Amino acid sequence: MNCLQKKICLFFIVSSFIVFLSVCFISCSPQNKPSQAEGIKIWHWMSDRDEALQELARKYETQTGVKVTFELYAPSDAYTQKIRAAAQTNTLPDIFGILGEKRDFASFIKAGHIYNLTDDMIRDNYAWENKLFAKALAVNEFKEGNNFNVEPGIYGVPMDVTNIQMLYNKDLLRSAGLDPDNPPRTWDEFLAANRLLKEKGIQGLVSGWGEIWMIDCFASNYAFNIMGEDKVLDTIRGNVPYTDPDWIRVFDLFRQMRDEGVLASGVVTMVNKTAEQLFANNRAAFAFNGSWCVNVYHGMDPDLDYGAMLPPRVSDNHPMVIWGGAGSSFMVNKSSANVEKAVAFLKWLTDDDQQAFLARKTNNLPSNKNSLKDIPAILAQFANDMDNTTHPNVWGVAEFPIVIETFNKGIQSIIIKEKTPESLAEEVQAMKKRELMKMK
Amino acid sequence: MRIRSNLENYLFVLPAVLIFSVFYIYPFYKVFTLSLCQWDGIANFNFSQNFIGLRNFKELIFQDKVWWQAIKQAGYITLIALIFQNALALVLAMACDRDIKGGNIYRVIFYLPPVLSEVVVGLVWRWIYDGNYGLLNYWLNSLGWSHLTMDWLSNPRTALICVAIIHCWKGFGWGFIIFLAGLQTIPRQLYEAARVDGANSWQIFKKVTIPLMIPVFILVSILTVLGTMQVFVLILSMTGGGPGYHTEVPVTRILASMVGSSRFGYACSQGIIFGVILLAVSFIQIRISKHMNKA
Repeated sequence: MNCLQKKICLFFIVSSFIVFLSVCFISCSPQNKPSQAEGIKIWHWMSDRDEALQELARKYETQTGVKVTFELYAPSDAYTQKIRAAAQTNTLPDIFGILGEKRDFASFIKAGHIYNLTDDMIRDNYAWENKLFAKALAVNEFKEGNNFNVEPGIYGVPMDVTNIQMLYNKDLLRSAGLDPDNPPRTWDEFLAANRLLKEKGIQGLVSGWGEIWMIDCFASNYAFNIMGEDKVLDTIRGNVPYTDPDWIRVFDLFRQMRDEGVLASGVVTMVNKTAEQLFANNRAAFAFNGSWCVNVYHGMDPDLDYGAMLPPRVSDNHPMVIWGGAGSSFMVNKSSANVEKAVAFLKWLTDDDQQAFLARKTNNLPSNKNSLKDIPAILAQFANDMDNTTHPNVWGVAEFPIVIETFNKGIQSIIIKEKTPESLAEEVQAMKKRELMKMK
Repeated sequence: MRIRSNLENYLFVLPAVLIFSVFYIYPFYKVFTLSLCQWDGIANFNFSQNFIGLRNFKELIFQDKVWWQAIKQAGYITLIALIFQNALALVLAMACDRDIKGGNIYRVIFYLPPVLSEVVVGLVWRWIYDGNYGLLNYWLNSLGWSHLTMDWLSNPRTALICVAIIHCWKGFGWGFIIFLAGLQTIPRQLYEAARVDGANSWQIFKKVTIPLMIPVFILVSILTVLGTMQVFVLILSMTGGGPGYHTEVPVTRILASMVGSSRFGYACSQGIIFGVILLAVSFIQIRISKHMNKA
């Protein structure tokens, strides 16, 4: 290599090195906050609502001149990762949603990523707060003395409300000789109805229990019904063991369903989309699903004749309580340069007209109480049961994630005849003990 | 002059060192640091506040039974892939190595599964195995073997093997291509000479093909082990790790810790232990290969 060639090579290498370093420094330095001129940027994961949200964004720009950009990142797992990464790099948008447990929500707040909306909610004599379903707001609220050590306040704006209950296919009940207007109300009636359905070759209950949180939801409904809220929460606090007879009774319900052949084939690894297809295609008489299913079933079979009901109760000692509350919520980025604009937009988005539009377009229950007028009859059935809802995010205490996983996976094991209710209770309690020990 | 020359040499290797440091050493250092901490991936990270020593590793090694079950299950899929996937790849490569009609078409067909999206493959096969609508049960019913129909992916006895079969189907194309390339490097004269000496096909395979293909076998087996132990997308799209924990593999456990339980530190310790296991397996394979080459 002669001297000139060497010099050219060296020049090239040094230049590349400088470019490389510059790129590294630029990409590693905290990004500037979005300037106010750019308008409001919103990240969400709701692919089914994206079109309606885009339409509302255009409407808002026409009305106020403020540009709103909805950016969709789906599926929800990818969205969750994106939000977490953005939090670490301080690149969260003006408005975003959080998918996860209350513990994660609290971490975002404590890390200074979420704006406290309480003052805005209570302004003008609680005008904004009073418009919204209290149960939906509760999911976004941290009360005084909460276990997460978060400053009390409302940190999110619910876009819609949802609850998860039992659905029954009227045609299939009719074909099994059951009264479609009088679905089973008690557990025994439910098992009896399933025996009749089985005789006709019709599958009983279908649900996306491959997505294990739905098992948790079903089990906790019955835990509330059998032992009441106080005892369930005491279990989470560690004061009542999972080996308590009431918990074994909860686990035993899954054994009963397994032995009676109530559950649809493949339910333990079934994703909810498949479960929805089975129910919509008249392949199962009952489904355990959330109010979002109205939109899904409508897309799959607009003529599907079905009703919604609370899960059949096992005990009369305590009410049947279902999971429900805010379906999806938006939070305002505390470090955004557009906090005021973001709050104003969310206020507008939860106004009567916009909520009615969203309900009409997406068949979801609106979070605004005044926008329930034009919703379909089946959605109204879900709305009527909002008073019976609860949600882990409003309990004030949270179970260890690993205990929840052991609980849910264990129920799958009962369904596949690997575990008994008693052995599962022992296993969950052992895991709980281990986690409690770690805390000490 | 000498110093200047040395400096120039260092300058030449600097970009490579820098890229390696930024994209390999720094992330590894970061993962190792996180593995010593209790951190949820959301809160502001502060090493001294989050530091918990080796507690994550202790819990993982001595208490986390599901983790070791996942390793065992990944090992099981790997064993099946090593034996059946590679055997199939070798047989097909040998078939295509001969001058057969339409050889190129077969090559394309055999190489199709690896280029398909794993998610799509997973979803399609989930549908085939489905207990309600599944094509497999439909065929079994049509053949009058309805007693064999079942929920293939929800049955703990069949779920893992079903996933392993699809993994082999999806992956044999890689082995096929490498084996074919290896076979084509064997001089034809050796086969002709063996035939002239009166060797039959089996003897030619045993005495000519196998010895000359040993480096290729080793390469394929290392790639199979590394690729299969890290199987993930297929599991996620077919079973989600269920029923129970029956199809959990290390990467699904890492994801569960990271996203499901918000335990970033623990997930990092799982990543490190898993990396060490893979490193050890690869090291053993390389040692064996050296030994075989000498023999």
